[in-house]
Amino acid sequence: MYDLVRGPLLWVSFIVFIGGSIVRLAYLAYLAKKKDHTVLTYANFKFGLRSIFHWLVPFGSTNMRLRPVFTIVSFLFHIGLIFTPIFLLAHNILWYQSWRISWWTIPDWLADIMTVVVILAGVYLFVRRRVCKEVRYVSSASDYILLTIAVGPFLTGFLAYHQWLPYKAMLTLHILCGEIMLMAIPFTRLDHMLFFWLTRFYMGSEFGGVRHVKDW
Amino acid sequence: MAGLLPRKWDITDIGLEEGAKGLSPDKIRTVIKKVLNGEGLARIKAYVDTCIHCGLCSVACHHYLSNDCEPRFAPVGKIKNTLWEMIKNDGRVSPEFIKQAAEIAYTECNLCKRCSMYCPFGIDMAWMLSVVRRICHLCGVVPQYLQDTANSHSVTMNQMWVKQDEWIDTLQWQEEEAQGEIPSLRIPLDKEGADIMYSVIGPEPKFRAQLIYSAAVLFNVAGLNWTMPSFDGWDNSDMAMYSGDWEVMGRVKKAHFEAAMKLKVKKIVMGECGHAFRSVYDVGNRWLGWKMHPIPIIHAVQFYYELLRDGKIKIVRKIKEPVTLHDPCNIMRGRGLMDCARYVVKAICEDFREMYPNREHNYCCCAGGGVINCGPPWKKKRVESNKVKAEQMAATGAKIVITPCHNCHSGIEDIIHYYKLPMKNVFIIDLLMQCIEIPEELRA
Repeated sequence: MYDLVRGPLLWVSFIVFIGGSIVRLAYLAYLAKKKDHTVLTYANFKFGLRSIFHWLVPFGSTNMRLRPVFTIVSFLFHIGLIFTPIFLLAHNILWYQSWRISWWTIPDWLADIMTVVVILAGVYLFVRRRVCKEVRYVSSASDYILLTIAVGPFLTGFLAYHQWLPYKAMLTLHILCGEIMLMAIPFTRLDHMLFFWLTRFYMGSEFGGVRHVKDW
Repeated sequence: MAGLLPRKWDITDIGLEEGAKGLSPDKIRTVIKKVLNGEGLARIKAYVDTCIHCGLCSVACHHYLSNDCEPRFAPVGKIKNTLWEMIKNDGRVSPEFIKQAAEIAYTECNLCKRCSMYCPFGIDMAWMLSVVRRICHLCGVVPQYLQDTANSHSVTMNQMWVKQDEWIDTLQWQEEEAQGEIPSLRIPLDKEGADIMYSVIGPEPKFRAQLIYSAAVLFNVAGLNWTMPSFDGWDNSDMAMYSGDWEVMGRVKKAHFEAAMKLKVKKIVMGECGHAFRSVYDVGNRWLGWKMHPIPIIHAVQFYYELLRDGKIKIVRKIKEPVTLHDPCNIMRGRGLMDCARYVVKAICEDFREMYPNREHNYCCCAGGGVINCGPPWKKKRVESNKVKAEQMAATGAKIVITPCHNCHSGIEDIIHYYKLPMKNVFIIDLLMQCIEIPEELRA
């Protein structure tokens, strides 16, 4: 099982993730050209990037300032989610073993903290989805599944690293969870990782270029 | 099949009732598929696939805030109960569902776009609800009063069934009235080669003719070379844009632009109307294939600002009572005229008070987006769904609310009466008339 997830399935997941993302983006570009020229006509680099910048900076928008706790949790969640796997020493060693490439790493204690933060933030998001009525109203099974997919690799990775449960099984499960997440990105609403840039860019272009106002 | 929601207001609208009677599931499905696979497909796909159902847009919406934060009035809640269901069921929804979707899209969203500024992804929920309106229009399920207005546009090229002789007669009547104050005053009709064509919305000749009087005084005092068309195209409003009848919207906009071109004017100045500005600046021009308006067009607020800035009119009196300003969505969030409006208001008012949130973060009046045009049956729902605006206005302690937009003006007037607020509302030009200098040589 370990050999399967460490070998062929890893290849599959990366191909699905990268290939799927390219296909999704290319298809959207094709649709925009064919059926939605508005988006291309009003696209404006200055205002599009200005909007993205404001929404990437913590507390850079009015709505973020209205909800400080959610803003902090949400930023920590996303930062942990993206950067922990990329800069984890153990992952880097794997890259080095397979491809002889490596880059910066973060110390294990920091990765450990970031992992715990992602898990706790995931719990917060889950509770918020259950408790806040406006969020609960629009939540369906898929929302809980997506949250589980996102937090899964961190929970299993944490357990594997600390070896509180059978190491090999947990490690296999961890890799499998990571692969599921990668493959889910282009084909579920986790694709907001790909589309955030586009929708924000377009709205920034409209608000800045046409409406002459801020959109944050 | 999608389930139906309990109704909060028991309102019957013959346009929705009769329209739904003529629908079959097949017809509905054909319409939905046609619209959702048509123009705008890339955005619909990206928006529906990107929305992570976080609910962060909720606080942006005055319907949500005014209805005890009921989730179904949140922007995402309204998308869920309309577009998501249509997509999920692949267009297989009942006539009753379309009736409900029409009620949501036409009366629970003013297309003010405030939610786009609160969504982390910048998802354009107002646009999505205008797509739902398009579906309802093609299904023939539109609130009766709104449909009647669109019919008027289609038949007469203006919003209020005003005939050409009535239009000309109204202009001459106002000209004559104003000559009591300035004997040399003219409202020049069809003056080819004038610098400015002044255009208004249908309701001005219908029941706010004094606004034409005021505008004529302003033009004459400023000594401008201006004209108004005597023929179709004088009305710059466009309720077909809001009913979802984009074909008629296009015809109306074309007539308006062409009137200006026929008169060979340098620019169009529009009266204090927000949705009309949106229709020439953002929506109608796009339908006609113009990236922006084909000839220069400015809104009244910008026009007043330029007159004051350039010293074309002089202020000799100031309003002493406390004044506040309502920022109309279509010219503030839609065009960024916040500073022009404040320049003018501060020039004519001694005690100006901001209401918060303001500028592009203003709360909508709840009348715009065609909601007030859905008519008397929906009035109670409309004013009750904007309690936040009443609270916001009351908090300023102002005696006068300036509403430089027709829809806002009527909507806020209703709010003032319903919530018994100790204030009155006016257009900017109403105050300008009290404050500007009319030179002696022009006077009777």
